[in-house]
This record gives sequence, structure tokens and C-alpha cells, in this order.
Amino acid sequence: MKIADVISSKAIIPRLQSVKRDDAIKELIAILEKTGKISEENSAEIAKAVIKRENEASTGIGKGVAVPHIRHKLVKKIVAAIGISARGIDFSSLDKQPVYTVILLLSPVEGDQHLQAMESIFEHLQNDNFRKFLRQSETIDQIKDLLVEADQNPSW
Amino acid sequence: MAEKVSQVEVEIRNANGMHMRPAMQFVDVASRFASKINVSNQKITVDGKSIMHMAMLAAAAGTKLKITAEGSDAKEATDALKDLVEVKMFDEPAWQKE
Repeated sequence: MKIADVISSKAIIPRLQSVKRDDAIKELIAILEKTGKISEENSAEIAKAVIKRENEASTGIGKGVAVPHIRHKLVKKIVAAIGISARGIDFSSLDKQPVYTVILLLSPVEGDQHLQAMESIFEHLQNDNFRKFLRQSETIDQIKDLLVEADQNPSW
Repeated sequence: MAEKVSQVEVEIRNANGMHMRPAMQFVDVASRFASKINVSNQKITVDGKSIMHMAMLAAAAGTKLKITAEGSDAKEATDALKDLVEVKMFDEPAWQKE
């Protein structure tokens, strides 16, 4: 699975307004709603579920990255959004460091696409250059190009 | 102390597979040991103490993984990890084979 296929090009926020974890999650869900990936009546419940999941165990896996995610019955098709924070957000990360890149992943309950998407996301995230360039990106186009490039050159 | 190597094959038995929470549990247990721990599927070998690496395995239920520990507590490490994956199943519901 390619990361660019899951992250809708319209669901990229190069400068997150939010400075708090829950607000950042809601900001990313709002952009998925705006682009029609999830419906307006479902977005509040999905946001609540993602935050609940995040409270159970942080998805802040260190190195400035958090991947809040959930499998939910209201999600029909796998979709992801990405947001960059210049000032950093406290996600209670494993390494106690602020998060600069937030990737929100919403998956249906059924199927194995969730694991495949995670595989693809983490494959890129463990690449130091990918994380660095992502954090430095200032426009939607830069991030889009980076995702496509990462998919084309898995080992760069 | 002499370096020792211990290797086991495990099968993912919880229904949702090695998603992030199980991967974190795995890293937690693996990190308690001094040994170097590698985990392989058919395609790749990753560091069993790195959450980013473990999440990359994307091991669904039924997947077989090979765990290799190398160091003074290698045997204890593979015993504990096999127990976590196959017996405790990450404290998650078991996979129902169809």
C-alpha cells in the first residue's frame, strides 16, 4: 500500500493551528469532514473515539511523531490526514518530546487495510530524512511531493 | 559472559494482529532484556526494541514471525516474548480460524 493513496491530498495541514493534542486531532478530523471523507454527523463521534484511544495509550511514538488512529464502524473506507506543527504539541510521547508531525489514520473495522497502512506509514516514518523533510515542509504541495517521492524511493 | 543466541518462531494469534498497542507491549518486554532482539517476517528483519520497526511488520493474525535474541539473557528474552505473543496474546481476543 502506498502512503500517498491513503493520505488524501486535500487532507494536509502544513501549519496546524492547534497547540493541544485533542484540538489537533479535531482539526485533522475537521479537514477530512471538509473534504467529504467522513460525514458531518459522524465526525464528533469519531473524534471522541480517537481521543479515547489516545488516552488509553499514547500514539506519540517518539522522534517528534504521533499517529493517532482507530478502527471504527462509522469509517467505511480507510483514510488519513497529516498535520505539521511548528511549535510542537504535547502528545505524552514515549520519549517525552513534543510532536511536530501528526498522522491521523481512520480505518474500517473489517479487513486488513489498517495494518497495511500502518506498515507503509511507519516504513516512511522510521526514515530520518522523511521525518526531517516533513517537519520542514511549509506548503501542501511540498508535503504531497514528499509523500509521492517516498513511495517511489522506499530506500532513499 | 559468553554471547548466546536463542531463536523461536511464533504465530500471531490475537484477532487484530500486531497493531500498535501489541507492538508497544512487545517493545516493552523486549526492552527489559540486555540481549539484542531481531524479529523477522518473510520480507524484513527489524529491531524488536523499536516501536517504529515493530509497527512496520504489520503482522496480521496467523502470521508467523521469527524472534532472534543474542546476548547473555537470550533464552529468557525469547521465552518471555513467545509467552506474550502466543499465550497472553497481548491481552486481546483470539483469532477464530475460519
